[in-house]
Amino acid sequence: MLDLLFHTQMSLGLGQAAAVAVLAIIVAQFAASRGAKIGREIPLVLLRGIVQVLLVGFLIAAMLRGPWWTGIPVLVVMIFIAATIVRRRVPELPGAYTLSLLCMAAGAGGVLTVMTLLGIVEPKIIILIPVGSMVIAQNMNIQSLFLNRFLGEVRSHRGEIESALALGAAPERAVGPYLHASFHASLIPATDNLRSLGIVWIPGMMAGMVLSGTSPVYAALYQFVILSMIFIAGAVSCMTATYLVPRRIFTPQQQLRRLG
Amino acid sequence: MTTNAAVLEARDLSRTLDQPGGPKSLLRNIGFRLDQGQVLAVLGPSGAGKSTLLRMLNRLDEPTSGVVLLQGKDTRAMDPRALRRRIGMVMQQAYLFPGAAAANVRYGPAQHGIALQDSQVADLIQQVGMAGYEDRDVSTLSGGEAQRISIARALANQPEVLLLDEPTSALDDVSKQEIERLLATLVRERNMTCVWVTHDVAQARRVADLVLKLEAGGPSGFGSPQELLHA
Ligand SMILES: Nc1ncnc2c1ncn2[C@@H]1O[C@H](COP(=O)(O)OP(=O)(O)O)[C@@H](O)[C@H]1O
Ligand SMILES: [Mg+2]
Repeated sequence: MLDLLFHTQMSLGLGQAAAVAVLAIIVAQFAASRGAKIGREIPLVLLRGIVQVLLVGFLIAAMLRGPWWTGIPVLVVMIFIAATIVRRRVPELPGAYTLSLLCMAAGAGGVLTVMTLLGIVEPKIIILIPVGSMVIAQNMNIQSLFLNRFLGEVRSHRGEIESALALGAAPERAVGPYLHASFHASLIPATDNLRSLGIVWIPGMMAGMVLSGTSPVYAALYQFVILSMIFIAGAVSCMTATYLVPRRIFTPQQQLRRLG
Repeated sequence: MTTNAAVLEARDLSRTLDQPGGPKSLLRNIGFRLDQGQVLAVLGPSGAGKSTLLRMLNRLDEPTSGVVLLQGKDTRAMDPRALRRRIGMVMQQAYLFPGAAAANVRYGPAQHGIALQDSQVADLIQQVGMAGYEDRDVSTLSGGEAQRISIARALANQPEVLLLDEPTSALDDVSKQEIERLLATLVRERNMTCVWVTHDVAQARRVADLVLKLEAGGPSGFGSPQELLHA
């Protein structure tokens, strides 16, 4: 992965990126001419993407010269940013930012900490940052899916939930079925990824490791480790949400709030 | 027990919502007293605040001001779950929980740590005219049948007060009559105190001891059906 910074490779990389960007713009224009609403923002999205990923590349390159623990604040900042993104996807949920921050700290944060302490994730920048960011990004998606699905269920089952309350059910009990359904639904992609690993897809990390000369068998095993970490982090964060989210949608008098 | 405490009393109940465009008054200055076994019909056009009133009585909505007293005790001092066990509610739609009819009937008592016996469940289901339907999946029930099970579900908690929010207005004409008769009979047999929301004046005349008329969130009449509902 270090080689990425070699100059010949650098110019090659820029050329490849430019070629792909041009292709993407052509496809977007074509789609726009057919009435799809994506045309105008695509060049901006591409530009933003390449600037962001280049910055990260330079940042990692710089960090590689320092001690491994500089990776920790970077991952912590990523979790904070991920929480703002989750909040944007569920604006109607009161306290969504703190909630998802706590859940992902428990999920992604907890899993990465334990795995590093166990030595499963080596404390090296070159491992910690890419593996950590993958776990955090996927945790963010799972967390968004969970909250999105849950709020959707609550909105379409107000009658059932208030009927349960009217019978004297505790709020957590009244939304229990919807918490379970959301938990299950939000982990389907992570489960399917594990199920189809190697058969339907060879993930980016594994491809990258093989490209950079790691033994394909080791790369495959490591990919399995990462997908398992994503699954565990997702499960832990959603379980945490299961405990925390009812408090956000009910009043202290155990009334279901109006959401959005 | 004090003899002069009403079973259910509302004093100057109001509910106002804080909204971006300024506060919105949903309901104001509602008061009434109900003695054991009395049926209060709440009448008014759609949007008058009838559901809001009922929901403040079992605290599904929070009053902005005023008090609700159950057997003379301020309901704000009660645990909402305990209050809701004592005040049953039947809504316009049945909103049954997926699964068997019997599981729906068991739900309320189970929330308070009580496991109903099979015979008690069968009894409740028989009382709403659905004998033998214990194991029926509720998704296969008609609107009227589902409403009967939701009535049995509410009665399973042995509430002291029953709140009915237009319990017949989503039903076809035949079921409408049957459910009205069923509810009127159950309420009389059990001498239950009842607040019955309806927009049907004739229904109010048939079932009510007292009538409260609402208009645009305010009371527009309170008294006997004879005074308020001329034929
Ligand atoms: N949470 C709420 N937010 C905004 N408006 C509400 C809310 N709850 C009720 N309302 C409004 O309050 C009024 C009274 O509603 P409701 O009590 O359901 O009337 P009714 O049952 O008599 O038809 C309606 O205008 C309704 O739109
Ligand atoms: Mg209503």
